Amino acid sequence: MIKKILKNDAFQSLFASLICIVLGIAIGYIVLLFINPEGAGEAILEVLKNFMHYSKTNLQIKNFGNTLVKTAPLLMCSLSILFAYKVGLFNIGAAGQYCVGICVSLYCALALGMGWVPCMIFAAIAGALYGAIVGLLKSYCNVNEVISGIMLNWIALYSTNMILMNVKDSTSPYTYHLNIDSQNAILPTLGLHNLFEGNERVTIAIPLSILFAILVSVVLDKTKFGYELKATGFNKNAAKYCGMAEKRNIIVSLMISGAIAALGACFLYLTDYEQWSCTSAAVPATGFNGIAAAFLGGLNPIGAIFSSYFIQHITVGGSYVDKTMYCAQISDLISAIIIYLCGFVFFIKYAMNQLIDKSEEKKALKAKAIAEANTQEGGDK
Amino acid sequence: MENQYAIEMLHITKKFPGIIANDDITIQLKKGEIHALLGENGAGKSTLMSVLFGLYQAEEGVIKKDGKEVHIKNPNDANALGIGMVHQHFKLVECFTVLDNIIMGVEPNKFGFLQKKEAREKVLELSEKYGLHIDPDAYIEDITVGMQQRTEILKMLYRENEILIFDEPTAVLTPQEIDELMHIMKNLAAEGKSILFISHKLNEIKAVADRCSVLRKGKYIGTVDTKDATIEELSAMMVGHNVNLHVKKEECTPGEVVLDIENMTVASKMHKNNAVKNVSLKVHRGEVVCIAGIDGNGQTEFVYGLSGLEPLVSGKITLCGEDITKAPIRKRLLSGMSHIPEDRHKHGLVLDYPLDYNCVLQNYFKPEFTNKFGFLRKKNIREYAEKLIEQYDVRSGQGPITIARSMSGGNQQKAIVAREIDKNPELLIAVQPTRGLDVGAIEYIHKQIVAQRDAGKAVLLVSLELEEVMDVSDRILVMYEGEIVGELNPKTATEDELGLYMAGAKRDEVKA
Repeated sequence: MIKKILKNDAFQSLFASLICIVLGIAIGYIVLLFINPEGAGEAILEVLKNFMHYSKTNLQIKNFGNTLVKTAPLLMCSLSILFAYKVGLFNIGAAGQYCVGICVSLYCALALGMGWVPCMIFAAIAGALYGAIVGLLKSYCNVNEVISGIMLNWIALYSTNMILMNVKDSTSPYTYHLNIDSQNAILPTLGLHNLFEGNERVTIAIPLSILFAILVSVVLDKTKFGYELKATGFNKNAAKYCGMAEKRNIIVSLMISGAIAALGACFLYLTDYEQWSCTSAAVPATGFNGIAAAFLGGLNPIGAIFSSYFIQHITVGGSYVDKTMYCAQISDLISAIIIYLCGFVFFIKYAMNQLIDKSEEKKALKAKAIAEANTQEGGDK
Repeated sequence: MENQYAIEMLHITKKFPGIIANDDITIQLKKGEIHALLGENGAGKSTLMSVLFGLYQAEEGVIKKDGKEVHIKNPNDANALGIGMVHQHFKLVECFTVLDNIIMGVEPNKFGFLQKKEAREKVLELSEKYGLHIDPDAYIEDITVGMQQRTEILKMLYRENEILIFDEPTAVLTPQEIDELMHIMKNLAAEGKSILFISHKLNEIKAVADRCSVLRKGKYIGTVDTKDATIEELSAMMVGHNVNLHVKKEECTPGEVVLDIENMTVASKMHKNNAVKNVSLKVHRGEVVCIAGIDGNGQTEFVYGLSGLEPLVSGKITLCGEDITKAPIRKRLLSGMSHIPEDRHKHGLVLDYPLDYNCVLQNYFKPEFTNKFGFLRKKNIREYAEKLIEQYDVRSGQGPITIARSMSGGNQQKAIVAREIDKNPELLIAVQPTRGLDVGAIEYIHKQIVAQRDAGKAVLLVSLELEEVMDVSDRILVMYEGEIVGELNPKTATEDELGLYMAGAKRDEVKA
């Protein structure tokens, strides 16, 4: 019975993810001990506590809402990466596609005065087209998607900086707030904010992102399209042999992946939670953290919901670490260590299977030895 | 009394989920003998060898070397005991010389500097002793498959292995090379090496082995002295019933032309020349046309060009009166082409998909399997797979939900054959459909091919097996260096004659 549970794939994924998390926290703690042993215990607790840092319930709930707001784009990025991964592609360009999403949604909102629906539609289209570049290069010129993705990330970053220069004050690097004269571009809350002590940032983005996770799961598992995509991912040659348009599939899946990442950007920037800094020197980390979230979630869209939340939880939690004891970067360092170890899910699953097999063999050998001993005894008598 | 066995595997049992791969199997290899291990695909030969090599641990049973019990936990233990293996697919570095490959992993060195000279002498000495005739300075990529195999043999000898395992060594060789290999194996045995020879080819076992152990469905059937057993007896032991080694078939009555290829030229991926040069041929309804030839003479590229996996340089293909020269693959498949591919893992199956998904690889988009909203009808797919499994006797651990990767090679092939034939094609292209399969499965697949012919389909068979070529086909076209060099009638031609054409020693002007 226990053996059956241990061998169950879903259980293994969950268990491996949990081990990764515990390992990450342990190593983070050790690093903190090295830097300043006095505050280490408290600091790691702060990371895990996140919004529980506050003693008042209303502040806790409000800040819980903030973590959720930032989880939505991360979940979208992890879905983007996961979707491409099922087709055998490593879409590291999700970060750039996310950036393009920011650029187009903010420009549409601030410069063109559009409402949130057209903003999202244009951002998704732009993300899809940006993803298509990677797909076209991959399928027609055999350019590795990781290389072209990374290059395009930089192009996206600087283009975004340049274009969004037009929608900011000359005195500040940040783009305008949406709530001043682009209010109709802000995502509606549909009353959700009331659940979070009036946190206006809590919008339909959060349920929408979960809806997307379910949608991705359904498309991959239940549809003809998903069947084709996965077949292409598992065995490109077989897909070609049975007449699937494997080049088209690569392009389409990267387009969808790009659109999901770009929508993720809308889910954060159209809440007015954050503004874009036109002096940014790197694409937002959300796109890359999406990789960790996808793997920590066992490459399962539903798993990604929980892993994205967890990663966002510790990332936000890191900001509560006592800055008088540790330098400001420590929060990033600790969450980075944990996220890094999250990538080990598949390694741990492999190790688990090895352990199970070995213990079974040992048991079998023991049983054999006992059986032999018994027969010998029987013979003696 | 001195123990006469080099290696003994006694009462080995190895279980996998849902299947007992080895059930109480006992194999005893005498010193200096050639011992054949015969069995159908999925009979448990590979598992048994993996146990011997320490890749799997048996649940029950013991392994003894020279009468002493040994525990083999991993391949290093096996090497230390002097057990060596020539794999079906060679493990050689193409851009290294023969000598480099032989010493790889056990490089003689002084302070980290290679000492190739002594290694070279030792290799030459071994080569001479066993009549391997090998040039240690040739590069692997430049030598023939037979030479590559001898390099593998030398690798074992260089490591002073006493127990040599040959895993289906003849599958990749030409008839002449097979003869030479048989000779080498006998030499090795005469010099005191013990050889375990895994094969399904009964005449080879008969020719070279002293004794033969037979496995069937994971069970040990028995061991016989090969000189006392007939080929028919051996095959009956292997499959459990008497098999018809020769395909029974009626006279063929060719009908109209189904496939018409005119001046087909296909580029090669390996070199700058064209792999297929100006080939023209016709296949009629109700006949089996066979393209024979030694591996690497353009057959693979010919099929790629025909099936649309590679574009043509020039030429024209007409299927059932329709020009499909530039048609995409799906169009060809829908116009009545079925294709049993040469490489079942590369093209034939998505190994990580379950069997039922693999059964509909080319039909999944049809209304039976996908509703109008683009959702798969999983129930129909499952039922269709169950029908194929039942009808074509495809065996697997968990039926339609078995992951294809976990099935035996023979059953994977049966699944592909079932899928391709069940499409009810006009033209069936079967490329090496029985490669690596056992007698039972071969007989079955041959019957299916002939049945397709009798049902008025056109069949194009591409095969490297002489027997298959002679048995199944109605017309033989020999391909040599990308050209059709002869057309033979299997009823009148002899294997020797066919061999001459295949080796390029003889050619006719052939008109399609």
